[in-house]
Amino acid sequence: MQLAVLGGFWVAAMAPLLHRWFGSRAAGVMALLPAAIAAWLMAQWPTIAGGETLWLEWAWAPGLDITLTFMIDGLAWLFAMLITVIGTLVLIYSGEYLHGHRDLPRFLVVITAFMMSMLGLVLADNLVALFVFWELTSITSYLLIGFNHTDLAARKSAQQGLFVTVGGGLALLAGFVMLALAGDSWSLAELNARGDQLKTHALYLPLLVCVLLGAFTKSAQFPFHFWLPNAMAAPTPVSAYLHSATMVKAGVYLLARLHPALGGTESWVVTLSLVGALTMASGAFLAVQHTNVKKLLAYSTVMALGTLTMLLGIGTETALTAFVVFLLAHSLYKGALFMVAGILDHETGTKDVTAMGGLRHVMPRTALVTAVAALSLAGLPPLLGFLGKELMLESVLEAEAWRGVILPLAFLAAFLTLAVAAVVAIRPFFGPRRETPRAPHEAPFGMLAGPALLATLSLLFGLVPGLLDPLVRAVIGGIGAGQAEVHLALWHGLNLPLVLSLASLMLGALVFRRWDRLRSRLARLEPLMARGPEAGYEALLRGLVHVAEWQTRFLQSGYLRNYLVMTLLVLLGLVGHALLVRHTPSLAFAPDVYLHEAVVAGLMIAGAVAACVMRSRLAAVAAVGVMGYSIALTFVLFSAPDLAITQLLVETLTVILLVLVLFRLPRFSTLSTPVERLRDLVVAGLVGGMITLLMLTVLSGERLPRISDYMVANSQPLGHGHNIVNVILVDFRALDTLGEIFVLALAAIGVYAMLRFHAEAYEARNARRTRRGDDG
Amino acid sequence: MEPLMAITIGTLFAAALYMMLRRSIVKLVIGLMLLSNAANLLIFATAGMTRGAPPLVPEGLSAPEGVVADPLPQALVLTAIVIAFGVLSFAVVLVRRAWEVVRADDMDRMKDTDR
Repeated sequence: MQLAVLGGFWVAAMAPLLHRWFGSRAAGVMALLPAAIAAWLMAQWPTIAGGETLWLEWAWAPGLDITLTFMIDGLAWLFAMLITVIGTLVLIYSGEYLHGHRDLPRFLVVITAFMMSMLGLVLADNLVALFVFWELTSITSYLLIGFNHTDLAARKSAQQGLFVTVGGGLALLAGFVMLALAGDSWSLAELNARGDQLKTHALYLPLLVCVLLGAFTKSAQFPFHFWLPNAMAAPTPVSAYLHSATMVKAGVYLLARLHPALGGTESWVVTLSLVGALTMASGAFLAVQHTNVKKLLAYSTVMALGTLTMLLGIGTETALTAFVVFLLAHSLYKGALFMVAGILDHETGTKDVTAMGGLRHVMPRTALVTAVAALSLAGLPPLLGFLGKELMLESVLEAEAWRGVILPLAFLAAFLTLAVAAVVAIRPFFGPRRETPRAPHEAPFGMLAGPALLATLSLLFGLVPGLLDPLVRAVIGGIGAGQAEVHLALWHGLNLPLVLSLASLMLGALVFRRWDRLRSRLARLEPLMARGPEAGYEALLRGLVHVAEWQTRFLQSGYLRNYLVMTLLVLLGLVGHALLVRHTPSLAFAPDVYLHEAVVAGLMIAGAVAACVMRSRLAAVAAVGVMGYSIALTFVLFSAPDLAITQLLVETLTVILLVLVLFRLPRFSTLSTPVERLRDLVVAGLVGGMITLLMLTVLSGERLPRISDYMVANSQPLGHGHNIVNVILVDFRALDTLGEIFVLALAAIGVYAMLRFHAEAYEARNARRTRRGDDG
Repeated sequence: MEPLMAITIGTLFAAALYMMLRRSIVKLVIGLMLLSNAANLLIFATAGMTRGAPPLVPEGLSAPEGVVADPLPQALVLTAIVIAFGVLSFAVVLVRRAWEVVRADDMDRMKDTDR
């Protein structure tokens, strides 16, 4: 299986080649991959249905505790099935939708890569592997939203989607690290077994916040919902696949996956229920304001994602059952509806539902498929959507926390969604025929097959819900409820949820009838909407640019001394702090200094200070020379004859070089003000003092055994040399010396080049040559 | 002896950094020289200063008698002295070229690539 997923990326990379061989049919050929994986998954069904978990072990980086182990339990199986089945349909569909499109190969590459990332995400057992796949889905989603890269709006939406989801991804990474620390494992299965340990851990709250941030941004929960409708800039197959059926569900998947590990606490229940309910209601509310069919559907996806989050928050057995049924129902009908939206756009040339009408005469089959899928969206019997909605209402009635808030929001969402479904199914297909930019025809088989299959499944599972019993049992067994007895049925008897459903049906019908008038009323809220979370996102981006600009101006002044001062102050702060806090350097002077040694030290100090204050170049060079020779003397006095010889040689050469070169340069002039000099003096003095302290601290500390004892003992026996320093240079550390020779050679080449090569003269010669050429 | 050296080295560092903060590019080069000398001395002195016991093996013996000065920092400093010389000669010639092209000793006038 890992091979299939990783190999899938290779297949993705081969898409351009397949496209050359098969043309637009390449999409159909590539659909074989997810189809094969789906078939393999189906073959595993008996094991999964038996409540067992399939383990596919694969160590990736054993030293870091990172594995690519896949764990297939009910939840993973359900998601993997959705990904591969809808993925197959979407690939076939997009072959028709983008038929002859110049960038079809690129599209196939990215969407296949996405498919494999998503599969990896839902199957991975290791937190790190999950995170890698999680980020891969964000990146591929970015590339797909920005597919029409010549369109400014598409690029902007792509960037927005990327920033929001990857920003959440960062929080998620922090959350995962804390989770692994608190649970002492990187394996999801082990973490889920240690729920009690995690929930009482001190890190529980911070890690929950981080994980929720990651999940909420990915699954477009309020207030991060704004990126999802904007993501509709992507081609419609992408919207159908990523932004309704799969990727946006990754956040919900993660929440469900971690439900045993983190769920059930008060903070979990309250946060998820409230955020979910709020997202659900605002998604439905925003949906009815739009006439663009893709936006309508996108906002209703936001509503569905909110519902799923809320159900996980409530967390009772009914709620978890509702979660599974609603998830499946939503993927089926929303995938179908988006593909239908693509058909409408493709055939009529517009996305505005108010501009379409009477299409059922020219596209009867599309109309039928839409009607079935929309009935499921509306939550009407006998479709799976009805079951999902009934169970949802039932769970809300069971909810313990904040029921008074959630119930009205759920009811609002229910009847508004019904109105949305009616708009999508009725407006384009019924009523008087309207002129559209393109003359519509019935959709080709390749485009209609996908939605038709999904709609049929909605109907089938609705009529015979018993088919889903083992699946629901397998899923919720894995995410918390243990061995639950589940029996789905269409008819639940005359109870409160049914009454609520009937009420929502009437209200929804009312909203649909008055839809046009309602929209113009809601348009008055426009100024208020402009201040929503999206405005906050824009402000954040602007602020980021401003801060970057400000700190660039502040830090990157272009003056060398400013960089130097900044570096020195940081050094002073860090080292000085460590020195003063951790150590107490003693200034005790051991009186073991001979007079001649003191004189040499005094000469060094005098030379250095004189070099700073001399106003004549010659005097400054002489002062540096005095200091250099004093250092050579120090080497002589303290047992370093080789150093003394080298220092003498180098110092002499340096002075000669300076005298030769510097006298071609201008005289010293005073360029700085007294205040600047004082500032520099203070900074330099502080750093110098710090070095003194540092050295005293080092010397007063414990002496470690020398590492050169080996060299001292073996210089003669192994190196056959009596001068140990020389033996070190040419034998023990010969490679260092080789490096040194390289540096010197490089410097020599540089010096030679600069002395010989004169750009001005070269240009002048070139110019002369060109002139001569013109004359000839 | 070491505390005295610590003070000396601190002064050398201060002088070097002060010169490196000047606007004149020639003074910057002088600062660079002071800095490399100061750093060499720091490495040398931190390893401990031993009087009259150079790391030499007497003729006819296979190892020196008694404690000798640590040869490893000496080898490091020797390399550093030579490299510092290479860097310095490069810097000096660079400054000379810069002066030929820009005709300025003031680094504030070398901020841009425009002449």
